[in-house]
Amino acid sequence: MDRAEVDKRIRTIIEPFNKKGIVITEDTTFAGDLEFDSLTVMDFVAAIEDDFDIIISMNQQAEIEKYGQLVDAVHDQVSS
Amino acid sequence: MSEGTMQADQPPERTGDTPDLFSKFDDTIALRENLLASGVEDPFSLVMEQVLSPTRAICNGRDTILLGTYNYMGMTFDPDVIAAGQKALSDFGSGTTGSRVLNGTYQGHRECEDALRDFYAMDHAMVFSTGYQANLGIISTIAGKGDYVVLDIDSHASIWDGCAMGNAEIVPFKHNDIVAMEKRLKRIPEGAGKLVVLEGVYSMLGDVAPLKEMVRIARENGAMVLVDEAHSMGFIGENGRGVVEDAGVMDDVDFIIGTFSKSVGTVGGFCVSNHPKFEIMRLVCRPYVFTASLPPSVVATAATSIRKLMTASDKREHLWKNSRRLHGGLTNLGFTLGTDEPQSAIVAVIMPDLEKGAAMWSALLTEGLYVNLARPPATPANMTLLRCSLCAEHSDEEVETILGMFERAGKAVGII
Repeated sequence: MDRAEVDKRIRTIIEPFNKKGIVITEDTTFAGDLEFDSLTVMDFVAAIEDDFDIIISMNQQAEIEKYGQLVDAVHDQVSS
Repeated sequence: MSEGTMQADQPPERTGDTPDLFSKFDDTIALRENLLASGVEDPFSLVMEQVLSPTRAICNGRDTILLGTYNYMGMTFDPDVIAAGQKALSDFGSGTTGSRVLNGTYQGHRECEDALRDFYAMDHAMVFSTGYQANLGIISTIAGKGDYVVLDIDSHASIWDGCAMGNAEIVPFKHNDIVAMEKRLKRIPEGAGKLVVLEGVYSMLGDVAPLKEMVRIARENGAMVLVDEAHSMGFIGENGRGVVEDAGVMDDVDFIIGTFSKSVGTVGGFCVSNHPKFEIMRLVCRPYVFTASLPPSVVATAATSIRKLMTASDKREHLWKNSRRLHGGLTNLGFTLGTDEPQSAIVAVIMPDLEKGAAMWSALLTEGLYVNLARPPATPANMTLLRCSLCAEHSDEEVETILGMFERAGKAVGII
């Protein structure tokens, strides 16, 4: 799966979590721009894990602040 | 005489743009100030001036029924427990002043571990200075780099801190969700070590984990299983061994973590296990090694209490009766509770918000009832809870009195 396809799928998954409907770019931050609290993060991560059949551990989550970093992290896992 | 001691405290001056390290707590400080400005008593600085029994104390000058302690089995004033503690205090002194692995293991520590082995019918028992350290130590030590810890998202702070202190990959799953746990276990790369961490009773809502299914699935996927039974020891299961006993999975869990600060009625923590190599933990587990061992009086009271809990079936029965009566009574009054049916000695009353919760807490205290006010981040789903934890020593009459207090306070605050 190429990066563009991963990006497309994550954009679909993120829609119900993007309550304020902001425009998402590579630099959009989850805590700041999207205002995700810890409960939202848990549900969002679980949705991505289930869709791609992967694990994003807490350790990896700690390194992901921006949307683009998430796409990279998921892309790494599905292409390896 | 130095000049410094004669001067009033002066705030240290910082130069340039160096931030105050305490600014990160400003939101919490504001939240607390707003709460107190509403006129309620401070829920987080209650002082018990006198403790009359396991269920009664003088709090802020008032005779108060205690419904927010973890004294589930009411052992704190048991005459045998107190006598054992007094004897150990005079025979062995006030403290050990040393680590368990150096000069801090007395006869009493051995006897306490013997009592735990007998209580659980397991091969190994290791006593820590607190329950917090037991989780911190065991989890951070056995799960290392490249291993995976799969845990319930509502796990206790000591479990999370054990994960944070270690180097394993941490994978949480939705609370008590068997399918979510199984999916994550199956996605772990082949060859990696796996530890599943569960609790018997989750302390915020007082709900029980579906251990029968969860432990089976964990084993089928090659994981070791650790269960924290802090809130069920002494009470749940035929012999009080906890939810693992009640679910019939004693032989399938690798580690049980527990505490002396709840049903046992003192302070301390432990891990019991049948793992053949378990004893090596005493040398490699840092929260066990690098702290002083429990005082002789504490381990003597713990050992005596644990042995009495083995045969305390009458107390267990009365505690179940209390839990059912309180749960049913509060439901009938119209309160929203954390569980549909009583599952443990904890009955959590869900409050609409922190302001109402604090007002209700304060009204109950004025009535002469102490419960725990629990709020985020300790609570799941940002809930504000009034947590009631029952004691085997609460009489039938006391439980009725408690229900009357809840009715009056609930109406006064406008919750029911």
